Amino acid sequence: MLAIVPAYNESAAIAAVVGSIQREAPEFDVLVVDDGSTDSTYAQARRAGVAVLRLPFNLGIGGAVQTGYAYAFENGYEYAAQVDGDGQHDPAQLRTLLDRIQSDPPVEMVYGTRFGGKEGFKSSFARRAGIRLFAAILSAVTRQRVTDPTSGFRLCNRRAIELFARNYPLDYPEVEAILLMHRHELRSAEVPVSMRVRAGGRSSITLLHSGYYMIKVLLAVFVGLFRARHHIEPGDDAPTSGIHGI
Amino acid sequence: MIAALSVLPAAGVGLNGRLQLVAILVTTLLFAVVFEMVRRRHLMERYSLLWLFASAALLLLAVFTGLLTALSDAVGIATPSNALFAAAIGFMILLLLHFSATISRLTDQTKILAQRLAIAEEKLGRKDDGDS
Repeated sequence: MLAIVPAYNESAAIAAVVGSIQREAPEFDVLVVDDGSTDSTYAQARRAGVAVLRLPFNLGIGGAVQTGYAYAFENGYEYAAQVDGDGQHDPAQLRTLLDRIQSDPPVEMVYGTRFGGKEGFKSSFARRAGIRLFAAILSAVTRQRVTDPTSGFRLCNRRAIELFARNYPLDYPEVEAILLMHRHELRSAEVPVSMRVRAGGRSSITLLHSGYYMIKVLLAVFVGLFRARHHIEPGDDAPTSGIHGI
Repeated sequence: MIAALSVLPAAGVGLNGRLQLVAILVTTLLFAVVFEMVRRRHLMERYSLLWLFASAALLLLAVFTGLLTALSDAVGIATPSNALFAAAIGFMILLLLHFSATISRLTDQTKILAQRLAIAEEKLGRKDDGDS
C-alpha cells in the first residue's frame, strides 16, 4: 500500500505529514511527489527517509498526483492513497477508507467527504456553494450520492491506479477524476471523514483562480458528457499517453 | 471563367493597381520568408505547410483579381479588398487553432517527460543508496 503525498512548497508541513502517516498508518509506504518546489520541501522529505519523486518543474496538483499513480502502478502496489502535503488530511482515517474499499469489492476508489461526519466542515460561503454545485452535477451525471467531489483524500485499488497512471487531468483534477471513473465504468464511493486545518502553506485555490477553476471544471464536465464511455482492460498498453483533461 | 482569370482588374471592381501591387509584393515576401525558413530548418516542414498554403492562396487572390471579385461576389462582400482581408483573417484563425492544438500536445508530452524523469531519478537514487 502506498500513500502519495503531493507537495508544492510545503517545507513547513511535509516532515510532520510524513511522520504522522508513518505513525498512524504504518501499513502504507510513503511517496512524496515534490511538484517543482522552490523551497526545501525535497530536502525535508528526503530527510524523513521516504521515497521522493522530484518533478523538474511545477506540473500542478494533477500532474504531481498522476506521477504518484504511475509509480504505484510500476511498483505493483495494490492500493494507493492520496494525502495532501499540507496536513489537512488525517492519516489515521486511511484505515476508514481502506475498510470501505476492502469490504465493498466493486468499489475501485473511495474518497473522504467532509460533509456527513460529526464535525461540520467550515469554509467560506462561496467555496461551499461551488462544492455544492459540483456535487449536484456529479450526483446527476453518475446517478449516485456525491457530496464532496473536491476532496483530495482518496484511496484507489489496482484498477483505478492503472486508469489514473494512464489518464489524469492536469489541474484541478478531483472532480474530473470522479467523472473519469464513471466514464470507464469503475465505481467510486464516499466515506465521511473529518479534516483538519492545514498545518502550513496555503490552499492552491486562491480567489483569483477560483473563477478559472469553476469554468474549467464545468467545461470538462460538459465535454465529458459527449465522450463515449469505455472500458480499460487491465494490462492494456503503457500508461500516460495522449491528451488528457483540458 | 475567362473573366475570373484576367490579371488586370476590371474598372471599378477588383483591387486598384497600386493596392494590387502592394498585395502581390507582401504575399510574395511572406511566401519567400516561409520558404527560406524551411530551407534553413528554422521551421519544420509539418508546421510550414499551413503557412505556405495560406501565402500561396493569398498570392493567387492578389494576382488574379477576377478570382477575388468572384469570391467577394459569392459571399456578398462589396469591396474585393475586404475579401482579401477576410481570407487573410480566416487563415490566421486556422493557424492559431493549429498552434493551440500543437501547444496542447507539447504540454502533454512535456508532462509525461517530467513524470518519467522524476520516476527514473528516484530509481537511480535508490540503486546508488544500495551500492554504497
